[in-house]
This record gives sequence, C-alpha cells and structure tokens, in this order.
Amino acid sequence: MIKHEELIIIGGGPAGLSAAKSALEADLNVLLIERYVRLGGQLIKQTHKFFGSKNQKAKMRGFNIATLLIDGLKDAPGHLTVLTEATVVGMYDERIVTVWHDATYKKYQADAIIVATGASEKFLAFENNDLPGIYGAGGVQTLMNLNGVLPGTDIIMVGSGNIGLIVAYQLMQAGARVTSVLEAAPRIGGYAVHASKLRRLGVSIKTRTTIKRAIGENKVEACEIVSLDDQWNIIEGTEETINTDAICIAVGLSPMHQLLSMAGAKTSYISELGGLVPCVDENNQTSIDGVFVSGDASGIEEASSAMVEGRFTGLIAAKKLGHVTKGFDKDINECRDQLFNLRRGPCGLKIREGIRKLREVNDHA
Amino acid sequence: MLKRTGVPDRSQIKDAFPDESYLIKPKAIIECFEAIPCNPCETSCPVGAITIGADINKIPVIDHAICTGCGQCVHNCPGLAVHIVSIKEDKALFRIPYEMPDVPKQGDIWDGIGRDGKTVCEATITAVTQKEGFDKTTILNVETDKTYLYDFITVRRP
Ligand SMILES: Cc1cc2nc3c(=O)[nH]c(=O)nc-3n(C[C@H](O)[C@H](O)[C@H](O)COP(=O)(O)OP(=O)(O)OC[C@H]3O[C@@H](n4cnc5c(N)ncnc54)[C@H](O)[C@@H]3O)c2cc1C
Ligand code: SF4
Ligand code: SF4
Repeated sequence: MIKHEELIIIGGGPAGLSAAKSALEADLNVLLIERYVRLGGQLIKQTHKFFGSKNQKAKMRGFNIATLLIDGLKDAPGHLTVLTEATVVGMYDERIVTVWHDATYKKYQADAIIVATGASEKFLAFENNDLPGIYGAGGVQTLMNLNGVLPGTDIIMVGSGNIGLIVAYQLMQAGARVTSVLEAAPRIGGYAVHASKLRRLGVSIKTRTTIKRAIGENKVEACEIVSLDDQWNIIEGTEETINTDAICIAVGLSPMHQLLSMAGAKTSYISELGGLVPCVDENNQTSIDGVFVSGDASGIEEASSAMVEGRFTGLIAAKKLGHVTKGFDKDINECRDQLFNLRRGPCGLKIREGIRKLREVNDHA
Repeated sequence: MLKRTGVPDRSQIKDAFPDESYLIKPKAIIECFEAIPCNPCETSCPVGAITIGADINKIPVIDHAICTGCGQCVHNCPGLAVHIVSIKEDKALFRIPYEMPDVPKQGDIWDGIGRDGKTVCEATITAVTQKEGFDKTTILNVETDKTYLYDFITVRRP
C-alpha cells in the first residue's frame, strides 16, 4: 500500500530541519525521514563554535544549533511526522519513495520531495589503506563525540580543510595526540584561525606532503609520508616514516546524489561542488517536477548555507503546493541576500564558480 | 607564512597590536587575517570597537582607542583569534580563551606557549573563569614577563 504525503523531506540535518520549519510555517503536512537515531545531521557531532553571522546562529556550538533547530519545529502550525532510524532506499517516478523502517519496507507518494541527504566522505588511494586503524574523519567524529571512544593515541590527519583541522583539534581535546596534519596542496585548505589553534597545541602542519603507504601487520603501526613538488609529483628520497596507531582521512566530501540519480534526475559533474550534483534551477528544483534539493546534497558547503537553503527550499516547495506564506517575497529575498553574503568573499569563490557552471549546464540543456 | 604553516608572521602579529602606550589599559588583540564569512566579534562588542560591515567576509578592524578590554569578543570568537593584553610595569597581562579539558588552577605556573606551539616563557595563572555565558570556553588570566608580549599565546601544563 502506498501512503500519500504532502511534503516529504529526506534527511534531518540543518538543511532538512530548516526546510521543515518553513514548510510547517506555511501550514504544510510534513514527513521528515532520517536514517540515524537522532535528528541534526552533521551538527550533532560538532562540538566547536560555528562561524557565520547571527542569522546562521554563529558562535553557537554545532550540537546546540541542532537542538535549537529541532525545538524550532514544535510550535509551527503545520503537522509534522518524524521517522528516525528510517532510510530512504529508493526513489522513483511520481515522487514515490521506499523507506526501510522498523524492519519493513514502506512506500510513500508525495506531492513534493526535498532531498537533504547531505554528503559522503571521499577516500584516498594509498598502499594498505584497508588496514584497521584507518578512518574517515566522519567515522572518527562518531566514535569520539557520540560513543566516547578514541581511535588511537598518536594520530596522523590527512587533509587540512576545515574538517581535517577541526577533527584534529577535537582529537587533541579528547586527549589523543595528533602528530601531524598532512596537506598535498602548497597551502592549508581550511581557515587560518583553525590552523593557528592547532599549531599552538604543538601539532605540525605539513603542506606539499602526502601519505605514501600505511605500515603494519594487522593494524596501522606507522606510515610513510613523502613531499610533493609543484606538479603534485612525489619527490623521491623525501620519504619519512612516522609511528602512528591511527590515520584519519579528511580529503573532502561528495554530495549524496544517489536517490536523485535513481529517480532519473539530471546530474552533472562539477568538481567545485564536490562531484556529481543534481542540476537544479534557481529555485533548487531538480529536473523532476516537485523534487527539490538543498544543503550539502546539492553541493558541498557549510551548515550556515545549508540552513538558509533549507529555509528557502521549504518556502518554495510550500508555494508550489499552493501554500504561499504572507511574507513570501520578503522571506525569499532575505534568503537570497544571506546566501549572497555568505558566498561573496574569497572562501565562497569555489561555490560561486560551481553554481555558475551548473547554470551553464542548465542553459545548454 | 600563515597559509603554509598556520603561524602568522611577526609583522602580522605586530600589526594586530596597538602602540604599547595604549596597553596601560587592557585591549583586544585580533589575529584574524583571512577573509572568512564570520562576524560574532563585531556583533558582540558593546561599544562598537570592531568593524566588519555588511560584507561579513571582510577582515575585522578594531579601534583600540574605543576598546574597553571588556572581553566579550574573546569568548564569542569561534576562531579563538582574540585575546586581551595589557602591560603593568615589567609584566604582560593576558586574558586568553582556553578549550582544553586540562584546566589550570589559579596560582599555577604553567609553560607559556608561542604561536608555533613551542615553550617560550613561564606563565602564572592569575584567574580562571568559567561562566554559563562563555559556553564552555574557559577564560584564563595569565601573567608573563613583559618581554613575551608578542610571543605568548597560550599555556600548557609543564
Ligand atoms: C568536522 C566538521 C566541521 C564542520 N564545521 C562547520 C562549521 O564550523 N560551520 C559550518 O557552517 N559548517 C560546518 N560543517 C559543515 C556542515 O556540518 C555541513 O555543511 C552541514 O551539516 C550540511 O547540512 P545538510 O543538512 O545538507 O547535511 P547533513 O548535516 O549531512 O545531514 C544529512 C542528513 O540526511 C540523513 N540521510 C542521508 N541519506 C539518507 C537517506 N537515504 N534516508 C534518510 N536519511 C538520510 C543523514 O543521516 C543526515 O542526518 C562541518 C562539517 C564537519 C564534518
Ligand atoms: S574587548 Fe570588549 S570593547 Fe574591546 S573589542 Fe572586545 S568586545 Fe569590544
Ligand atoms: S569572530 Fe573571530 S574568527 Fe570571526 S571574524 Fe571575528 S575575529 Fe575572526
């Protein structure tokens, strides 16, 4: 039996929660589906204070932002149903989804769907990268911040983007020793303030350096690192062996486009947005009528922008279903202004370029 | 080079400080040298001493003549990029944000650490403040010899 819903939101991270809020405020009935036991997405693992401006809850710690967003759903006029530990495993024509929940498959058909599934981690190819003791940054955060377990005591972080820098800092706070952060590029990828925080703690950051192989019998015992030249080629003879009992990989994220691809939404490979992304119009609608996307699933960015995009997409979806809110135009403009403001600086260059390319692909179609 | 090592250059640090004559009173030193989308320092300052402006990607600019050294911007900065500094006779007095679980006690003498993580001096902890409003960031008052005004940035258990 297929159950009918007005709006289905897939994913309960900052984008999904913010979309739910604006859709509920427009008096829609919303089914929010989250595969984890709790709502909040990436936010629940973030113990640091967030950047951004007041509109995006800057200076609050990530997990507290999650609580704020979840609490914000309580008094809205629309009706909200939340399924947790429920994974959307399939998405088909006519906005039909299959959900694995309570040990059964359930089918829903919706008037509109917002996909807010976030991102998955990229991994890195090197010799012995399947040895126990090698983790993705997300896995380390789950172990450490949700389960209270340290992955090791002497850790190498690979990748100096914000995630690598922040997780390295969290590992130090949790009592592990991060010996080095490796970065293949000539410059640190993440914010300088995050890098400076780590340096004060005695963590070295090695640019133009990468991991060549992991060494160990049954688990990681050491790793061999090596310097890179301007063309990213290994400089022979610069190999160095460092003892370590855990290696953490933080080399980037890719949008989770799989459900959309399955449903036949048009996608395009745009490296600035993290890989394969759904082709969306300026309303975040995919090539399938009534199917929207927001947050990291539409291009890797930040929680700050995911919240604004979520709010925006919720309003647009509501309008599509005939629920135009009172301040609609003003709210939409506010969202656009906030996104513009978040992205207008040098840190937003990549995302601006990615969005430009995406629009180009759309125009050609 | 900041973006290669994570450590600001000496000249960047010096530029973040006002003339030493200002430091007879506590002043905020902001070491935020990169245009990132962030502005809690500006919005938390009760006297409007910090300016970023409508484009939140701009680098914060502080007017040390206005800054009262109240410390609001210190715990509100997510980048731990602000500390309060003053000079009293031959001592440099600091108020720093601290987020490690191993918190010193008032009166302890810990290692004074530089921006590259190396020990630079002795640091006497003169106060330890933890408040609801600080949202789990501890504020430490620290005293070092004045010589280390531009070198000291944090403390570590010896
Ligand atoms: C270490 C780290 C530090 C960060 N620091 C900052 C920061 O300081 N400031 C900032 O603004 N951003 C930061 N971010 C980025 C921010 O967390 C993400 O950009 C943001 O969470 C993206 O929001 P989202 O809602 O799109 O996705 P997510 O938060 O990833 O949420 C997606 C949700 O969808 C669920 N889901 C996925 N697939 C399915 C499915 N098939 N069925 C059901 N549910 C599904 C997932 O379980 C998840 O809960 C950080 C990220 C990390 C990893
Ligand atoms: S110390 Fe107080 S007055 Fe000075 S800049 Fe910071 S918040 Fe403003
Ligand atoms: S709050 Fe801190 S990190 Fe953010 S702009 Fe101000 S000084 Fe920089």
